[in-house]
This record gives sequence, structure tokens and C-alpha cells, in this order.
Amino acid sequence: MKPEAIKSILATDCGSTTTKAILIEKQGDEYRLVVRGEAPTTVEAPFEDVTKGVLNAVKEVEELRGRQILDGDQIMSPQKDDKGVDIYISTSSAGGGLQMVVSGIVKAMSAESAERAALGAGAIVMDVIASNDGRLPHEKIQRIRHLRPDMILLSGGTDSGNIKGVVELSELLRAANPKPRLGINYKLPVIYAGNKTAKKEIEKNLGEVTDLSVVPNLRPILERENLGPARDKIHDLFMEHVMAQAPGYKKLMAMCDAPIMPTPGAVGEIMQVIAKKEDITVLGVDIGGATTDVFSVFRDLETREPVFNRTVSANLGMSYSISNVLASATLPSILRWVPFEIDEVDLRNRIGNKMIRPTTIPQSLDELKIEQAIAREALRLSFVQHKEFAVGLKGVQKERTISDAFDQSGSGETLVNMMDLDIIVGSGGVLSHAPRRHQSARMMIDSFLPEGITQIAVDSIFMMPQLGVLADVHEKAATEVFNKDCLLRLGTCVAPVGSVKPKKEYMHISFTLPDGRKVDRSYKLGEMELFEAPYEPIEAEITPGRGVDVGSGPGQTVKTTIYGGLVGIIIDARGRRPFVLPENPAERVKKLQEWSKAIKEFEDK
Amino acid sequence: MAHAYTPGLKVIPKTVVHKTRQLPLKGDVVVKKGQTVTAEDVVAKTDLPGNVVPINLANLLNVEASEIPELLNRKPGDKVEKHEIIAETPGIFGMFKSKAHSPTSGTLEAVSKITGQAIIREAPIPVSVQAYINGKVTEIIPDEGVEVSTTASFIQGIFGIGGERRGIIKVLAPDTETRITEAMITEECKGKVLICGSFLTHKAFLKAQEVGAVGVVVGGFNYSDIKKIVGYDIGVAITGQEETDTSLIITEGFGEVCMAKHTFELLKSQEGKSASINGATQIRAGVIRPEIIIPLEGDEKFEEKKAELFGLDSGTEVRVIRAPYFGMLGEVVEMPHELQRLESGSLARVAKIRLYENKKEVLLPRANLEMIEKI
Repeated sequence: MKPEAIKSILATDCGSTTTKAILIEKQGDEYRLVVRGEAPTTVEAPFEDVTKGVLNAVKEVEELRGRQILDGDQIMSPQKDDKGVDIYISTSSAGGGLQMVVSGIVKAMSAESAERAALGAGAIVMDVIASNDGRLPHEKIQRIRHLRPDMILLSGGTDSGNIKGVVELSELLRAANPKPRLGINYKLPVIYAGNKTAKKEIEKNLGEVTDLSVVPNLRPILERENLGPARDKIHDLFMEHVMAQAPGYKKLMAMCDAPIMPTPGAVGEIMQVIAKKEDITVLGVDIGGATTDVFSVFRDLETREPVFNRTVSANLGMSYSISNVLASATLPSILRWVPFEIDEVDLRNRIGNKMIRPTTIPQSLDELKIEQAIAREALRLSFVQHKEFAVGLKGVQKERTISDAFDQSGSGETLVNMMDLDIIVGSGGVLSHAPRRHQSARMMIDSFLPEGITQIAVDSIFMMPQLGVLADVHEKAATEVFNKDCLLRLGTCVAPVGSVKPKKEYMHISFTLPDGRKVDRSYKLGEMELFEAPYEPIEAEITPGRGVDVGSGPGQTVKTTIYGGLVGIIIDARGRRPFVLPENPAERVKKLQEWSKAIKEFEDK
Repeated sequence: MAHAYTPGLKVIPKTVVHKTRQLPLKGDVVVKKGQTVTAEDVVAKTDLPGNVVPINLANLLNVEASEIPELLNRKPGDKVEKHEIIAETPGIFGMFKSKAHSPTSGTLEAVSKITGQAIIREAPIPVSVQAYINGKVTEIIPDEGVEVSTTASFIQGIFGIGGERRGIIKVLAPDTETRITEAMITEECKGKVLICGSFLTHKAFLKAQEVGAVGVVVGGFNYSDIKKIVGYDIGVAITGQEETDTSLIITEGFGEVCMAKHTFELLKSQEGKSASINGATQIRAGVIRPEIIIPLEGDEKFEEKKAELFGLDSGTEVRVIRAPYFGMLGEVVEMPHELQRLESGSLARVAKIRLYENKKEVLLPRANLEMIEKI
């Protein structure tokens, strides 16, 4: 069927707890989301068949749309008159998603490239085994034996380099004889994406004991990564082995018109498509109950080409792993966001109770404020991990001229440049379901600390996974629905970088709101203000104080177009680099309350 | 959704408990179907492949890896002893030889002429699985394990630490509200499963460990005290492997929370009986709850009644599982259909609950209620 002839698309995402279905239909010339349904995922006992949950979610879509899509337990395809859909696609993270171990010779080079390939494909990386990771060989073998991954990605060596390192790793793998996580009757899939001259030796070592696939080297030369073939192979093996072992997935695969993609892999796809199409830099986050994924598309420091990165903080989440947020962030870091005084033992017990009863929701306003304080830290920590991982290639030799002599930037510098960032997109329960959108915007601003001028948005119902697979099949439909139905534009954050003395002017802004109101305001360091404005272009002139930067350099005026949204234009003059909260608890609480009021976080009850 | 249903923790006076006892790898099942077993009996055993120790012979002998096969004293597949010379250089006129000694006893599994690495596998590690509960073998899983079944009182907790233990039930608290302090733990607690009330202090837990109690069952415990016991933060609720000889089972949650009355009464009625307990908890897909199993002798013909999974409805007994009424018990009075706005500002499905403690009627989110399962 020609893409333009497609009238309707059904897409599902089978999560660990909920299966979500969306129905997209062509209305005139454009594709729009029409309804959404959901049902509990049925991978585990007593159902043990993922398609049951899928069919239940689709039934809800049928009821809401008032037209037939199912014929018994079959999806009617293609659409005839008002019945059925033209395409059905799905993503999945049920049953723990895709869990991998990656291995390379040098931790900061081939092993890091392998990790990037696995994460980009949507995997959770259980461990990175490298020749120089500081563990003794027998410790590495013990570790590999102990882990039961879905697959292993082995890399190492450039294509003309020495083969010894990578062959040694394959010997360790062989000795460990790792077993797959699911099923005992098949061999563990291993992908070799290293030095091509070692292929024969690798096949000799691993050909019999594992299900070995060989793909082109993911780091053929130090200066270049070639992650595509390894990522594609991971997706193929995910379908053939992991999905095939999960209950009901063979049926689901037969129902789908395109390969099932791991959920985070699909989110990565749509973010890359959007970044490319609109030529923007994007930071995306999905904060779940157990894990937090961060995605970004920033520009390469040298080539200015867009570079996609994804990290998954496997134990930072808002329910199952909420206690780990407390352990990683420490209590004082969480307390600094709580706008009232609270007993520490009581706070720890509340967090522990959320961990053991993950499905409960905050009933009182104080409980909500505590949960949002924890979310800020979970997001902040996930972002710290992302910044450390989203770096330029390490180990690359650079030619330096005399003009570079004072430039200390080396290889491996982070690509995350907040001043260069165009939009932050948040999703996940705590951001998508916050009682007021103002709270979502504040949580993202506080944890990511955007710099200069940055748009803020949320994925209202977490549709990005389905749109990611759709982007592969029908890019026009995916991008149209993404812009019109998926993204809820909250507004723009204006946050200068730098510091001034307390009583000096920090920034000045002037613009005219769409309703004709003129704004001409100066701010001191430490202030916040909200201007309610719709998602429409607004010409603004921003002049930062002396030594302060809002995008054009210290003290330089910026004339640009900014947009409002469901929240509006947020002036954040609290300072960046450094961003400081008062140390004194009473003063801190006062400041937090003042900012909440300015941004209208908890009004309109 | 026709019914709102939040499954609660099981507190069942009499049921048939089935426990699957499985080896980590295939091996031998050493009992027969229908055989009566005690908790300590071994039901299956196997040998895990031995640990692997790699040794780089090329580096040790200072030769090229390709030369290694010629310098070996032992072939792959041969047994080797610790300190035995497994490879050596010819030296000069038989002198100044470089020698590589085996770092361990085992079998020389492989030698690589690319890397010069030799792999020595140690002797297999024997592993056995015990029955864990007194009962009968009701199912054999060929080469893997068995199912042991027994008629018993069965109680689940919400969170625990420590693994499988067995001991005699001893009730320490006179009622569900009593806090247990250090002074209340005596030498008599040795080998016992201690039933406490609303709270146990950290010092009291340490004392229980010191006197050799095998387990402690309590309504509430401070989350921060868990770290003091295990030495690290439990960030994700996956437990059971902690190094403590005294397993801890929390029945209600963190903080000071009275043990549910029916849980306490059931445990009290079984005082003096032998119980199998396990603190292992996993709160994610494939939920595992800590448990107390008290086999009931002479009830072998008891027929199990299946618990009926009714949804939350008027008259259902529930426990509130989140602040502000955390830990309180009550009864559903009404189930309003419309979404209601909570104090937090969220819209949620709610239920009207009459709280037993103060007879107050309150609207609570259904997500914050847990049904009390009874048979």
C-alpha cells in the first residue's frame, strides 16, 4: 500500500504493567490521533499471552471510536469502509525489556562505543566488561556467569589493529559459558562487532557455545563509530530470540506489519527524526517507576552534525526504585526541594512505603510536594549520568594548531550544551500526570537547569514509542501526530547564565503578549516570574546584566522569537553556573514558596 | 474496568501451601512422589560447574603466545594440581628455565596460542535444595526439583530481609500496639520466631540477633534501621540474600504501624508451633512476599478452598496503605463512579471508607487501599 493511501494506523506499546493502544486516522490531508485505549499487560501468569492485553486495549479503542477493528482475535486489515485499520505496529518493554552485557578492550573506547550501540538500540546494559576495567580475569568470568543477559555485544580493536585483546575477551566468554535469561533450550546470542581480522578466532572460540553473529566493526578506526549494523542486529536478535521466548509474542509478531521494537529504541527513533526534520537540539526524558531514560540530540563539537545519545538509569524511578533515588541523591539533596519542614525519619519511612507499595498515589498536597521533590533529584541524577556518557569519541588524536594551544578541550568532552538546547520534552507519570502543568515545567527546569532560551514540553500520554516505530513505516504520519497531538507545549524558559552582585540588575526583558499587553521588566538575581501566553510567536528583546549570558555572549542583547504554551513564559533569574539554593532551612523554604507562588504551581485548587 | 481490585496480603488460617523447590541447574531429585519430608530434608542435589581461573602462560614464561602449545606439560583435558608446573621453557642447557605453576587444582580446560591464556576449571561445587517445609512431595520435576505441599496457616508480610529459617513461634507483644524494646528480648528467644506488635527498635533487633532468634515478625520498622542492619541502602526491594541469621518480616510497612489484628490473632493462636519463614521480597514483575508458613499436623485430608477474587465493593474490608490514614483498617461504604479531585489536585477514582479506629467516613483514592484477603 502506498504511504499516501494509508487511512488508519493502530499502534500499541506493551509496557511492563500497561498496554497502550492509539488509533491514528487521516483527516483531510493530515494524520491525527483520534483515540487511545489501555489495558493491563498480560505477559505474566495467569494469562501468559501478551496479545490478550493488546486485544483488550484495542477493544477499548473500538468502543471509544465506535467502529470495528477486531474480528474475533484478529485485527482487520486493510481498512474497508469503516472497519479495520491499514497498519498495525507495536513496541514492547514487557518482561524486563532487553537486557545486555557489552564488552570491549578499552573501557573508554571500544567498550563505550559498544555501550552506546546497545543503549541506542533500547537495551538496559547490565555490565560493561573491558580488558582494562580493573577486574581480574576470574572476577570477570564470575560476573558473566552470574548475569543472565538476553544477549552479549562483543567489540574491540580497530580493523587493522592487534587481535589479541578481543580474542582474550572471547576466551573469557567461552570459559564463562553464559546462559540466556529466558528459556534453557537455546544458546545465548552473541554479536561480534570488533576487529574484522579476528573473526576466525572469535568463531573458533564462540561458534559452538553461543549463537554467534558477526557484523561490521562498530569502531573500524578510532576516529569513527559505525553503530548502525550492530544496532540493527540487536533489533533482529531481540525479535528472533528475546521476543520469541516471551509468552504470546510469536502471535503478536505475526499480527504486526513491522518488526516489534524495544520501547526506548523506538523513542530514540522519533527524537532523531524530529531533531533532523526541524534542525533542532532535543533533550527528552521518560521517568518511570523503575527506570529513567534520557535521550538527547546535540551537535558534535567539531562537525556540528547531530549526535543521538540515550542513557538509561536502571535504578532511578518513582516507585520500585524510589528508595534508590534517596540512596543515590542522599536525604539533604531531596530535602532542599521540600517547601516545608519535615522529620527525616518520617520522610525516609514515607519513601520506603512508596517502594513497597508502588501503585499508591499522593492524596495530600504535602505528599505530592515530597514526591515532586524526589522526582527532581531522580531527573537530576539521570541527567548527570547522561552528560557523562553523551561525549565525543575518546582516544581520537587531534591535530592542533598554535591557535588551539590554549584551548584545553580534549577528546571525550560532553556534547550536552544547555545553552544550545532548543527543547526539553518530558514524559512519565510524575511529569505527564502532575495535577498542574506548571508543576511539570518547574520539575524539569529545576532538575535540568536549562540555559538561555529553551522550550519546555511534555508528552501527554507517552505516545513517543508508538510514533517511533511509525516513523520507520510512515514518517509523515509520525511527525504530524508528534507535533499536533503528542507534544503539549508548556512554554519557554528564559534563564540567563552567570552571576551579579545582589542589588544589581540581572536581566531585562521586553515583549508584547498576543493579547496586546506590553512587558518591560528588570530582574534581580534570585527572582522568578510567569507570563501566561499561548503557543504563539512573540518577539522578545532580552538584555542580560554585565557578565551575564543569555545566548549571545556576556552582556549581549538577544532579539529572538519565544513561544508561550499551556503554562507560559517563565523567567528564571535564579542564576546558572552557579545555581544556588539558600543553605539556611528557613530561608530555603521561604524561597521555594516564593518561587512556587510566582510560577502558580499550586493555585487554582 | 468493572471492578477495582487491589490484591492484599494473604493471611489464611488454613490452606494448602505448595512450594516448588528447584535446583539452579539440572541435577538429581533424591525423593519420591508421595514421600513425607521434613523441612531440613534434602530433596534434590547437583554439582555446579567449578570456578574458572585463567592464567596467561605467555606472560609468565615471557614467550610468544604461539610457542605455548610446545611448552605445555599438561594437555587440555588433563587434571592439574595446585602449584604443579603446567608449562616451562627449555632454558639454556636445561638451566634457567621459566616455569608456570597452576594457581589452583582442577582441569586444564583450554590453552590459546593467540593470547597465551590457559583456562583451569576447579572441581564442581555441590549444591543441594532442602524441603523448607514439613510436608509431602506432591510433584516431581524431572532432573530439576520437586513440589512439597502441606496444610498450613499462611501469612504474607509486605517487606522482609534474610532468607529461609525455621523456628518455634513465640509471641512477645501482648497486643498489636505494643512497641518491642531491647529489654523485652531474653535468652528464651533463642531459636524462636518472635511475634511483635507495632514497632521494633533497632536495638531490640540487635538483641534478637545476639540471643539467636531465627526471625522477627512486626507491624512496622524504621526504614533507616534496615541500613543499620544490612550495612547498605536497599534501593530496590529485592531481598533475601542478606547476611543475617535473624530474618525480619514487616507485615504493614515502614514507621510505627500496628500489626493488623487478624494477622496478630492468627500468629498468637499458633504459639509454640514450628514455622518456616522467609524474608525474601521482590516487588516487581513476579512478586515475592516474605512469608510465614505454620504446618498444621493431622490435617492431611483438608481440601483447599480457592480464594474468591471479588472486586472492591461496599462492605469490603480494606487497609489504607498511604498517608494520611496509613495503616488504618476500615470498610468500604460507597464507591462513587465519578473521578474526584484530591487535596493534591489530582483527579482519581475514590472509595468512601468508614475507618474502624475513629468511625470517621473518609474519601480515599482506590489506589491507596488494599483488600484484606480472607478465606
